[in-house]
Amino acid sequence: MSTPAIRVSGLSKMYHVARGRRRGSTMLREALVDGVSALWRRDRKGKGADPLWALRGATFTIERGDVVGLIGHNGAGKSTLLKILSRITAPTEGRAEIYGKVSSLLEVGTGFHPELTGRENVYLNGAILGMTKQEIDRKFDEIVAFSEIERFLDMPVKRYSSGMQVRLAFSVAAHLEPDILLVDEVLAVGDAAFQRKSLGKMSGVAESGRTIVFVSHNMAAIHNLCRRTIVLRGGQIVFDGPTDEAIKEYLGFIEAQAVRAFEDNPDRRGDGLVRFTGATITDETGRATQFLVAGRPATISFTYENPQRFRRAVWGMKLHNQLGVVVADFHSQYTGVDAELAERGVLSCHIPTLPLPLGHYRVSVWMTVYGRITDSLPNAALFEVQSSVFFGAMRTPTAKDCTNLVHHEWRHDPTA
Amino acid sequence: MSTRTTETELVAPAVPPQKGEAPLAIAPVLTITPRRHGFFPVKELWEFRELLYFLAWRDIKIRYKQTVFGAAWAVIQPLVTMVIFTAIFHRFARISTGEIPYPVFAYAGLLPWNLFAGSLQRSILSLVGSTHLITRVYFPRQILPIAATFSAAVDFAVAFAVLIVMGVWYGVPPTWRLLALPAAVTMVMLTAMGVGMWLAALNVKYRDVGHTVPFLIQVWMFASPVAYPLGLVPARLHGLYAANPMAGAIELFRWAVVGGPAPPVSLLAIGFGATLVLLAWGLFYFRQMERGFADII
Repeated sequence: MSTPAIRVSGLSKMYHVARGRRRGSTMLREALVDGVSALWRRDRKGKGADPLWALRGATFTIERGDVVGLIGHNGAGKSTLLKILSRITAPTEGRAEIYGKVSSLLEVGTGFHPELTGRENVYLNGAILGMTKQEIDRKFDEIVAFSEIERFLDMPVKRYSSGMQVRLAFSVAAHLEPDILLVDEVLAVGDAAFQRKSLGKMSGVAESGRTIVFVSHNMAAIHNLCRRTIVLRGGQIVFDGPTDEAIKEYLGFIEAQAVRAFEDNPDRRGDGLVRFTGATITDETGRATQFLVAGRPATISFTYENPQRFRRAVWGMKLHNQLGVVVADFHSQYTGVDAELAERGVLSCHIPTLPLPLGHYRVSVWMTVYGRITDSLPNAALFEVQSSVFFGAMRTPTAKDCTNLVHHEWRHDPTA
Repeated sequence: MSTRTTETELVAPAVPPQKGEAPLAIAPVLTITPRRHGFFPVKELWEFRELLYFLAWRDIKIRYKQTVFGAAWAVIQPLVTMVIFTAIFHRFARISTGEIPYPVFAYAGLLPWNLFAGSLQRSILSLVGSTHLITRVYFPRQILPIAATFSAAVDFAVAFAVLIVMGVWYGVPPTWRLLALPAAVTMVMLTAMGVGMWLAALNVKYRDVGHTVPFLIQVWMFASPVAYPLGLVPARLHGLYAANPMAGAIELFRWAVVGGPAPPVSLLAIGFGATLVLLAWGLFYFRQMERGFADII
């Protein structure tokens, strides 16, 4: 029988969401006033708070040496689960048993202080993450070498570039040696090369027999690192099994969500000053569709509402494949569009030749006004590339082969 | 229970299996349930002592790095206050302090007082000032106010050096009474910790508690024998006066370093009792609130 690393049964967490107020803290003055006025009122609970179950009845066992992914929407309960397991917050119900030393990495660089030098921050951050001074002494050179910032070690971190800070912070984190590591979306930092290096380090950690619970929106990373993945939705576990199936389950739900993406969308961000109200995908004939042909034209349009009549805006959209990888980025400043927004209108992006392999795609879209995000939808629309005339040959690449199609030509010179 | 346990504990003897669950060969190192047990996590604090050290070290380092005068602040502040007190209470109000020169008297009262006020102020703000840590890393939360108290103690140590210089200057010799010094300092720090933990926890929930701190400290100072000797307090009020643990602590401290009348035993006994009550209340309240810190901070 294999040994467990984490056993969770019926784990639940309820928050009281105060009506009309976001933060949990309040003013003593208000509390006194509320308390006094409650004497006159019937309901002693005062302003009243709606219970919100951030996590409900989570039950699972993770064996030692497993690398388990945790995916779900924003607000699905992933972070809550991780926070309970790392003892940052207490559960409302249920229990969790942890067999071994736990380290949690909910963010890189927690506790970094800008006034302290790189060297000092390595020690401080190491201690905060649970390393002993002796342990840090021992690994110090390794940490510094991994971060590649040796030369700046005795400079205050406030003079570092953000990239350098991230490198140093991640290097400290990467040298933790717990039995169980809880990681929340921390690989999405730093430049691409460093991300690859970090991912490499993580797989190394995974192979060394440590137990890892890994939260990410990056389906490719989940796919690479985890054999088993748990899908959370609305605080409940809706799937627990092989990663391939988990990703399908998760993305399938995103598709269902996309139908009503512009209504009640938990993943929507932005202050709403300029809002998208709908998205349409049309093929070359101008017909709205969800099925496109690679190599043919396609147009993706977004209707917007701008009640305050902002004129200057910057917007963009991205196409994501089944693993969540961005395969194409469209930014209003890439092509230098200089459109003045009206009170209402349609922004449409025309793609003359769709360069995508067969597969399912998701469109995300965002809008900023004076640098502020007014609207951002990760799941504005979906489409499927079902057939391809891109190369015009028998074989058609699928999303398993590549992320993009590139026009090219093979030549053969038998005499060279 | 703690996460920082060695491998050997992983092969502890079996626990009785839960209903409906397969029996396990090993016991969990850590069990997370809605309730937290115990009053004060002594064992855990000991395990996290290095973090405590690093946090106090960070506080001191940053404080001294960010200011022009650095560590000199720890001296300038009580010295300037001493000069003001000497002018107002000694010259104008003609308060007599017996054979002890008033400046020495005032400074010897300001030292423990500043230790108390500094500890209190920093520990009350320690939680809301570390929101980032509290919502992202686990450690016994008591570490934050305790580290704040220790970082204030460093200022105290620096300012104490000046007292030694003053003692030499005014010809106040050290005596065996100095043996009482650790007791006085302990009393000050325990009181600050107790009140500090209570108000720090309260400040997480009610942010205006932080604003009342300067006022609280000011009122408390005038209720303590910092600028005036205990002898000026009417005898019929002594019982009530003694309930302020800082009265006993300051009197004891001053007696230990510069002499003068020995503090009455009743003052010390009532004061120390009050310290223990405040400390127990602070620890208890903190423990009650601790669970929710990450959720509401």
